[in-house]
Amino acid sequence: MAVEPKIRLDHVSKVYPGTDTPAVSELTLDIDPGEILVLVGPSGCGKSTTLRLINRMIEPTGGRIYLDGDDVTDVNPDQLRRRIGYVIQQIGLFPHQTIAENVATVPKMLKWEKKKISARVDELLDMVGLDPRVYGGRYPKELSGGQAQRVGVARALGADPSIMLMDEPFGAIDPITRESLQNEFLRLQDELRKTIVFVTHDIDEAIKMGDRIAILGKQSVVHQADTPERILAYPVDDFVRSFIGAGTAMKGLAFERVGDLDLAPFDGPNGNGESGAEPTGTITADATLYEALEEMLRTADGKTIVLDDSGEPAGVVELSHLSDALRTAQDEARRHYDELEAAS
Amino acid sequence: MSESVAPVITKRRADQDDAAKAAVVSVTSTTRLWRRFSLLLAPVLIVALALVLWFYYQSLGVGTTAQIQVSSALDWDTKLRPQLTQHLTIAFWSTLLVIAIAVPLGVLLTRSGVRKIGPAVLTVANSGQALPAYGLLIIFLALLGQGARTVIVALVVYAILPVLRNTMVGLDSVDRSTLEAGRGMGMTRLQTLLRIELPLAVPVIVAGIRTAMIINIGMATLAFLIGGGGLGITINSGLKLNQDPVLLVGAIMVALVALTFDWLGALAERFLHPRGL
Ligand SMILES: Nc1ncnc2c1ncn2[C@@H]1O[C@H](COP(=O)(O)OP(=O)(O)O)[C@@H](O)[C@H]1O
Ligand SMILES: [Mg+2]
Repeated sequence: MAVEPKIRLDHVSKVYPGTDTPAVSELTLDIDPGEILVLVGPSGCGKSTTLRLINRMIEPTGGRIYLDGDDVTDVNPDQLRRRIGYVIQQIGLFPHQTIAENVATVPKMLKWEKKKISARVDELLDMVGLDPRVYGGRYPKELSGGQAQRVGVARALGADPSIMLMDEPFGAIDPITRESLQNEFLRLQDELRKTIVFVTHDIDEAIKMGDRIAILGKQSVVHQADTPERILAYPVDDFVRSFIGAGTAMKGLAFERVGDLDLAPFDGPNGNGESGAEPTGTITADATLYEALEEMLRTADGKTIVLDDSGEPAGVVELSHLSDALRTAQDEARRHYDELEAAS
Repeated sequence: MSESVAPVITKRRADQDDAAKAAVVSVTSTTRLWRRFSLLLAPVLIVALALVLWFYYQSLGVGTTAQIQVSSALDWDTKLRPQLTQHLTIAFWSTLLVIAIAVPLGVLLTRSGVRKIGPAVLTVANSGQALPAYGLLIIFLALLGQGARTVIVALVVYAILPVLRNTMVGLDSVDRSTLEAGRGMGMTRLQTLLRIELPLAVPVIVAGIRTAMIINIGMATLAFLIGGGGLGITINSGLKLNQDPVLLVGAIMVALVALTFDWLGALAERFLHPRGL
């Protein structure tokens, strides 16, 4: 609350010409500096429209949009967009330009010096894991889908914008490559700390990528905007519940680490009394509760031994720990929403 | 619900894309081979034809042993050379004007504001070509009087369609996502036009220009009808005098001009083709 939001959408609406129902209706949302906010919702609910409103690819028909506290309707849209990275699912690399030329697009428009541009291009390609000497001179058709989207991301980072808008950037990429792109992107974000609005229709991607998630219904109505943990622990309505799907609570276990629990004492090399059964499983303290649960299921045992750094047993996670954790998360989230309601 | 199947669909679409791409690649690689071959073959044929013409012309004994009618009709300095120059001048200016009018018009008609009237303008341009060429010449003769200038105007009307249509098609077929990305990075409309749309549309536009140029070279043969000169005069004399040698020399010269410029057009298409496509 103390920091000024990087992006503020204030009752923003968009009615496309020739249509009656708004694509986005009275959307109000704050996005903090350095966070990844994921907009997730069924297709056609207005996610892309919302992104395109932020960088003024389209003009709102109502409401205000502020970047760093300034109303963006006051600035030249072309200038504005050079300060905002924009990545789309179809990538849109320029097929007649080399990878290096593609990545240099924004710096060139900003009339940087030649030397500075080529250094920047190399830096960016390195950043997204492509060797500039190998890929710089290639043309887009010579890249795989995953490589092309790496270039798309590098190009969007061209002039080091503080804001990135990403519209289903990994949506058209095969699941295995997508996974590694997601991981690399999160690692990159750890360094770069951009303010990112990330659109997806895939709730699992939202949970993975988001510092916060806004679950949107028709016309970009925000059903719930919160951390993935809280949304999983406490979906506020049926729409959110059905959107995040079954097994929600269990997905929440992935956000807590075994090391943070009050472990039960370790008593004896094998807590499992019955002979012939699998020995109790072991995990390390940095494992998530989800992994602990998996281990319990695997060994058909109600507990799992936690090993410390030297491989010595430090304690035991029990099934009750997990149900407690779930309940605590739910209680915490409920209390949070009760307080919010009381405050309003 | 439909969201959960989306990845499967995109996956399948990617597979199809790959198959389609493979097919396209094999097609383009064979056509490319063929094109390279024909680019080399054309000048050989042109030179061979020119040599045949030269020897044939020598054998006629123009100015010496040939009949007086033939000698006069085929005299190089007073007939063939000036006619050739007129012919090329007419073709050159009409083609240049077609480019100067049709390319900017095509650009204009593909801008978002006026896009709707594009088909209507194409229909009008189409009617220029639907008219018989001879009729078109007569109409402009009535309007503008005799002379090469009238011919040029008529040819511009006649040949504008392929360039206009190809400019519009070329610009329209540029992948929308590249434009979306360009605009999203802060390119102005002019920058997206000059740096993305036009370079990507060049092959299609040049193909249209090549067609217009060949039309104009052929049509300039009719220029003599309204006092515009050109190699049509020689062909016409051959017919009137019932002298096959005159007819042949005229016809082969027109063919040589057309083949040469078609080859130059092919070269331009080849070298203006953006790399990476
Ligand atoms: N240019 C446009 N003109 C008219 N309607 C549009 C346009 N773009 C999107 N829409 C409509 O606005 C709604 C939201 O679209 P979009 O923002 O693309 O949704 P999402 O990205 O969530 O799938 C849809 O009903 C879509 O049909
Ligand atoms: Mg969309």
